[in-house]
Amino acid sequence: MVYITPILALTLTILTGMLLFSFLGVDPVEALRNFFIVPINNQYGATELLVKATPLILCAIGLSVGFRANVWNIGAEGQLTVGAIFGGALFVYFPETESVFMLPAMILLGAIGGALWAAIPAFLKTRFNANEILTSLMLVYVATLLLSLLVHGPFRDPDGYNFPESKIFTDSATMPILLEGTRLHFGSIIALLAVLTTWIMLAKTLIGFQVKVIGTAPKAGAYAGFSQKKIIWFSLLFGGAMAGLAGISEVSGPVGQLLPSISPGYGFTAIIVAFLGRLHPVGIIFAGLLMALTYLGGETAQINLGMPVAVTGVFQGMVLFYLLACDVFVNYRFQLNRFGKAA
Amino acid sequence: MNGFEWVVPVILTVITAATPLVFAGIGELVTEKAGVLNLGIEGMMLAGAVTAFVTATLTGNYILAVAAGALAGMFMAFLFGVLTLSLMANQVATGLALTLFGIGISALIGQDFVGEPVKALEKLNIAGLTDLPVIGPILFGQDALVYLSFFVVFAVSWFLFKTKAGLILRAVGDSHDAAHSIGYSVIGIRYLAVLFGGAMSGIGGAYLSLAYTPMWAENMTAGRGWIALALIVFATWKPGLVLVGAYMFGGITILQLHAQAAGLDLPSQVLSMLPYIATIVVLVIISKDESRIRKHAPACIGKIFHPAA
Repeated sequence: MVYITPILALTLTILTGMLLFSFLGVDPVEALRNFFIVPINNQYGATELLVKATPLILCAIGLSVGFRANVWNIGAEGQLTVGAIFGGALFVYFPETESVFMLPAMILLGAIGGALWAAIPAFLKTRFNANEILTSLMLVYVATLLLSLLVHGPFRDPDGYNFPESKIFTDSATMPILLEGTRLHFGSIIALLAVLTTWIMLAKTLIGFQVKVIGTAPKAGAYAGFSQKKIIWFSLLFGGAMAGLAGISEVSGPVGQLLPSISPGYGFTAIIVAFLGRLHPVGIIFAGLLMALTYLGGETAQINLGMPVAVTGVFQGMVLFYLLACDVFVNYRFQLNRFGKAA
Repeated sequence: MNGFEWVVPVILTVITAATPLVFAGIGELVTEKAGVLNLGIEGMMLAGAVTAFVTATLTGNYILAVAAGALAGMFMAFLFGVLTLSLMANQVATGLALTLFGIGISALIGQDFVGEPVKALEKLNIAGLTDLPVIGPILFGQDALVYLSFFVVFAVSWFLFKTKAGLILRAVGDSHDAAHSIGYSVIGIRYLAVLFGGAMSGIGGAYLSLAYTPMWAENMTAGRGWIALALIVFATWKPGLVLVGAYMFGGITILQLHAQAAGLDLPSQVLSMLPYIATIVVLVIISKDESRIRKHAPACIGKIFHPAA
């Protein structure tokens, strides 16, 4: 049942989506074709799917560890942004460097930046008991403004006609392209490695076990001597580092420079990806690809059918709604009582 | 006047900045008092904002527009209720879903209305009274929703602490098993509390798109729904303090706007960060005292009620 509900939720989303399309005056079958098939029926489209899925999977895999431990980090968008700032800063200050260590150093800094940003809610939670949902979310706004501040000021390209943009990253600061003629880049490999690492960590290591125990049975965890604070720190730092990797892989990849806005809300959509993937590393890959498809589908439907791009957001929200609703079948067993009424 | 002529306009703008927070905060307070944590305020406010704006543009009737905003918020809250109360879904996850869904659906509804102007909500004007210096425009020159926001705070305070129904609602929030065992409908009462929260968030959103900045823009709440959530912790679940907190945050928002306008030697982005940083600081100061939070927070907040369990 655990693995059937995502499919059930998807089916319901698509049915509701068809209703929505007819309501918008678009032929529902044609709309669905444009949303889910046209974007990926050629090689370029298929690689674009991987490009879009990369930041989603990276953020979601990090969040999933926290969600398993009941640590509600919803600020992945901010951690992504700070990761991009940290990694990007290296290029901004050393634009001439052609060292082969440039990109690895940027990736490392990206992870550190994301982790540092997530360390703030971790510290405030463990030291002052401040709710991590609210603090991590507030920090998203702060991070976005910080990025805006930097690209309007110290990070701005001096030869950039005063546009709020950094220099365009040189080759040594850019993710290598994996497939000639596409935008598929090394970030996808990082995402895959992150998924594998997380899988092993959750399945085979003590810290992974502690995460799962603290999440499902906090009292049992405490009795076993597992430190709740340690898990809060670990899952936030881990989630932040993953989101930071997503950030640097975006600016060193498809974006190619630091801009005031570097993400269409990947950090938030990743919350849906994590749940839709059942907080499981493999599930998150599938869910990430699917949510990436809604971004591409939204663009295709906008170009071909003139549909509003906001449909993407509606689809994404709807999937999560239906999934949570269908989970009642996972958590409870329905049976008819004597009065013939569901109980 | 003697250099203080800016005081009245500043107070007036603080009031408009605080009012959406008062509505959203007081609505969520009632929801939380019944033991339900609805993190979807942002989504409900956006639904209210866009519905009210569209209604106002199409009909020109502001009473209808505010009512439509409230209904839209209630509709969103109803979805939340069905999921968390009837289908017993996780309240945190459902609240997040409500926010994400609200951002999407409001952008879809409002896409043809972005940038369209609308007349701001009319302000009270009583000949003689409104013209009084200083206190005139502040006390007698507001729009109807500002007065309503104060009324709602006092009404909620009276309802929660002076009526039997309010006592029952608090009982449901503090011990749903006990309330259930003496025959109260926990789910029914929680539905009502959630719907009230939705209506208030909807009106808060309507205030944003009709009065604070009379226009519609995607995601125009800019985190106010989350600030409202923090407000309740700040207020330790007391209605009067929600009002105080909302005006404090309204004050910070306006202060930074005026500082920007006055050309303060700080980048505008730093000033724009202030309301968010202030929220974190306040949250930290209040949460530090764990026992105080535990004493005031509804004991069953966020917990799923299942009568058979």
